[in-house]
Amino acid sequence: MKSLKAQNNILADTHEQVEIIEHGQAGDLTLIPFQQKLEKSGLYPLKPTQIETFQVNIGKMCNQTCRHCHVDAGPDRKEIMTRETMQQCIDVLKENPELKTIDITGGAPELNPNFRWFIEEIKMLEKHVIVRCNLTIILANKKYSDLPQFYKQHHVEVVSSLPFYTQDRTDRQRGIGVFEDSIKALQMLNNAGYGKEGTALILNLVYNPAGAFLPAAQSSLEKEYKQVLKEKFAIEFNSLFTITNMPINRYLDYLLTSGNYQTYMEKLVNAYNPYAAENVMCRNTISVGWDGYLYDCDFNQMLELKVDCNSRHISDFNREKLNRRNIIIGQHCYGCTAGSGSSCGGTVVK
Amino acid sequence: MNDTYYKSEDLKKFGNVGEFQKPLADKFFDYYGEVFKDSQLTAREKSLIALAVAHAVQCPYCIDAYSSDAYEKGWSEGQMMEAVHVACAIRGGASLVHGVQMMNKVKEIAM
Repeated sequence: MKSLKAQNNILADTHEQVEIIEHGQAGDLTLIPFQQKLEKSGLYPLKPTQIETFQVNIGKMCNQTCRHCHVDAGPDRKEIMTRETMQQCIDVLKENPELKTIDITGGAPELNPNFRWFIEEIKMLEKHVIVRCNLTIILANKKYSDLPQFYKQHHVEVVSSLPFYTQDRTDRQRGIGVFEDSIKALQMLNNAGYGKEGTALILNLVYNPAGAFLPAAQSSLEKEYKQVLKEKFAIEFNSLFTITNMPINRYLDYLLTSGNYQTYMEKLVNAYNPYAAENVMCRNTISVGWDGYLYDCDFNQMLELKVDCNSRHISDFNREKLNRRNIIIGQHCYGCTAGSGSSCGGTVVK
Repeated sequence: MNDTYYKSEDLKKFGNVGEFQKPLADKFFDYYGEVFKDSQLTAREKSLIALAVAHAVQCPYCIDAYSSDAYEKGWSEGQMMEAVHVACAIRGGASLVHGVQMMNKVKEIAM
């Protein structure tokens, strides 16, 4: 499967995409504007609390082409963060001790040739580092098979997608053979001590619905995942994060082509939860794109909605200005406020 | 003829039954919510039971709701179809077991 960009799909134009998200494909979708919901909740304009998490997307290249990917990542994507931009990120981290957690994502971040150097530099600053590892990269090539040891050496928290504990649903979303390779990779991480009691090596899994529906309760799913993965594959892990699929890029394409867009958006709107809105991740996170531009979150990044203040690039990073900005919102934001809410760390209402 | 007794959009209006009789509707929905909570059976298990019962009572609204709910809660297509077969077997069996009554009667009157 090719990325939307390689297919020259209309959604590859982010302006078109934002139009569709806001008004539907025929321009006649009339849902309650997200802004109105926030106003009623006393949260508009949405402001940051304090930026503590620095999420960096170091490239859109990926060894997988998942059907729900909001990044539209894949082997044909060539956008990769340069070492110079990474150095600018490191400089910002040095100057801003309040940025405690560095969340590295992609694509498959490991495909960036400077990935290991970047982590080594950040760890010297004694920051907490999270890597969003797609698991199959560990088996994609011999040069990646030592990743579990590398992560262990640098005490990196590993967060990995496993959309379900059965092959069928996982492969439908992430590609044929992904489940089998993911299981092998999880076993390798376990062998390195990840997810094991008493090791302090954190391995968290991510559940994404494989279809046009919202995640079930995180605590129930976590219990089932733990039981099945342990019984069938002797796999252990720390926590399960349930994440709502965002109507962006390939998931939006899926919703539109399957005729599910309107129903899915109605579900999100009906499930709006003001407590989730209060705790959305964009309030304490800043998202850095592969080219160094700054965004409120990874989703605004994919829609190319840069932060609304004059600290828009890592080279102009100013935490105070960023803390005072208004967060850019749109109809896609309903994805983070539905039910128990959704963030890169799972639900936001516990 | 587009006019049908069952309209899928009516499912969303289920909660509106309180418009004509609120106290009883409130009691029902409170009870309903309580029934489907995790307890001695999990909410996931209850969802599959509800799917089977929905087929037994042949309620299109319930089938719509619990097909989504059971799938969202992680039941596979095969497991869901097996649940429908359980409903089918019980319904079919309920007819067939009356065959014994028929046999009894025939044996009573036959030479």
